[in-house]
Amino acid sequence: MTAPVTRPTGPRGLDELVVHRKGRLNRDRMLTVMRTDLRQLIGAKDFWVPMLLLGGFFFIIVPAFLLSVINSIGSVEAVQQVSDALKLLPQSAQQAVPTEAAPSTKVSYVLAVYLFAPIAVVVPLTISTAVGASTIVGERERGTGEFLAHSPADVREIYLGKLLASLIPGYVTTVAGFGVYSLLVNLIVGPDVGGWFFPTPSWWLLIVWVLPPFLALALSLVLRLSARVKSTAAAQQASGLVTFPLIIIAYGQSTGALLGSGTPALSLAIGAVAWVIAIVSLSTGFRSLTRARLLGVANEQ
Amino acid sequence: MSVGVTTVEGAGTRPGAGVVGHPPPAPATGPLGRAADGTELVVELRNVSRRFGPVPALSDLTLLVPKGRITVLLGPNGAGKTTAIRVITGALDPDRGHVRTFGYDPDVFGEEVRRRCGVVSAKPALYDRLTGWENLQYAAELYGLGRHAVGPIREAAARFGILEALDQQVGGYSTGMKTRLALARSVLHDPELLLFDEPTSGLDPESSHAVLELIRDMTDDGHTVVMCTHLLIEAEGLADQVVVLEAGTDLLAGSQEELLRRYWPANLVFFDAEDPATLDTLAGREGVLGYERGDRVRVQLDDLGRLPDLVAALVGEGVRLTRVEPHQPTLEELYFAVRAERRAQGVEAPL
Repeated sequence: MTAPVTRPTGPRGLDELVVHRKGRLNRDRMLTVMRTDLRQLIGAKDFWVPMLLLGGFFFIIVPAFLLSVINSIGSVEAVQQVSDALKLLPQSAQQAVPTEAAPSTKVSYVLAVYLFAPIAVVVPLTISTAVGASTIVGERERGTGEFLAHSPADVREIYLGKLLASLIPGYVTTVAGFGVYSLLVNLIVGPDVGGWFFPTPSWWLLIVWVLPPFLALALSLVLRLSARVKSTAAAQQASGLVTFPLIIIAYGQSTGALLGSGTPALSLAIGAVAWVIAIVSLSTGFRSLTRARLLGVANEQ
Repeated sequence: MSVGVTTVEGAGTRPGAGVVGHPPPAPATGPLGRAADGTELVVELRNVSRRFGPVPALSDLTLLVPKGRITVLLGPNGAGKTTAIRVITGALDPDRGHVRTFGYDPDVFGEEVRRRCGVVSAKPALYDRLTGWENLQYAAELYGLGRHAVGPIREAAARFGILEALDQQVGGYSTGMKTRLALARSVLHDPELLLFDEPTSGLDPESSHAVLELIRDMTDDGHTVVMCTHLLIEAEGLADQVVVLEAGTDLLAGSQEELLRRYWPANLVFFDAEDPATLDTLAGREGVLGYERGDRVRVQLDDLGRLPDLVAALVGEGVRLTRVEPHQPTLEELYFAVRAERRAQGVEAPL
């Protein structure tokens, strides 16, 4: 049976409503959720100060300390042994190491380019999952989930807004840390290898192509957890279980991408596969968020 | 424009609801329903039930909210007041029953319904790390007022006396300030329907009074208000309609006066005298519709205006009166009378 529909009252037409029901997202609302979450994060010194220290430790302190020590002690026996061990590296990686350089320079170069690389994966994943784990369950715990549940925002807008708000801190940390790290290793090791050598093409690919899908994939899992568990503490615990294997995989894949191929082909392939999985996971992840879950009554249904 | 739709068969059915990417389900839109007195109904809940696991939160609840009035949902904790509000906005789906808000099924047209509602939940639901201004700005953006809704934000904040504190972090607000900010946020987008869930919870008496006055003012400019409370004194004098809930079911609904009349006759007067038997002469007098002598003497008159003459006559006859009190029943008495009746019927739910 068909019948004309008349809209009872209100300023908007039915057409717009129908379009909305077909699945169009309101981008402004999504960005509003993202901005508000980020604004709260910026105000949460108890969160970002430890995270800043974590990034600083892995991007600045550890590399600066190790590279400075190796440069200053010169080609002692231990360094010589490490230099000899570089022969175990894949052929493509060995070819990238300056052949005429002193053993300490070779070790420094390998450490700078290959050893610290996976840090670029671990740090943002840690930061983003820490943010993401509490983002939905936190709304419930504070009671603000009630406000969102009664708001006109679609749950997909809320989900995507929160996903972006979790992704951005991790990725910004990566880019900033990457920039500082580049400066650092070029200043310490660069003069001995003929100038500015870092970042290498493989690093660029890692940062712009491989890392983002791993971040998105991890967050899509963490947000599902955050929507389902009863407390932030439980979300942190559970997200650790879920993302730790992912961190290992990301670590292994990024290391393999840097070491296993002299060409960017492997990085491109790893990134492509990660993107496909991430997109599938993201596109289904929003179903985990319902208004009942924002209200904290979903577990009682 | 007209759109072909499929008729929804039966109350509470929601074909395709929640399936993203499907064609729009049958939009259950239509003209607003009407109350018996012809008033348009902003909210119609008919025979709505909702369970949380084994616990029924709503059981066959019927709630009709007329436009431009204050409806107070009165009931003890766990009576289903909060769940009713959640169902009204579509934040929660009912298991069964018929729900219409502004004539829409909120499960289908949730955005449209929620855009026209302003909600203050029992817990203020504010972001403590943000300032008052940022909290209001967030709401303004979600409700489509844009990023620069300075005018509405200032106006709403000023209305609830919180303007001066807008630049402070909400975490530092007192409970009263938080409630005022939550109220300001609820009216920011000028909603047609205001849903207040125990808005005076945690407030001191002075702040509670001020909040109730502000709620009363809102109906003056055409807003419809639904307020939940378990405090009988709050409903007294504020409600145009009182709905008494218990165990998720509506026990009574109507204006305060109508409800009171269901339990107590009009123009009831309590008498007492040093010798109560001397009052028995009241039974046959003109204008006395009923007479009953128990612990105290209850007399129903056709008009309270007869009372001075009756008293004068009794005194003239030497009756030594100790009490003459026209009965003005309160909601509290009504509430306990209803509960006593339920208890007598053996259907009272545990608190």
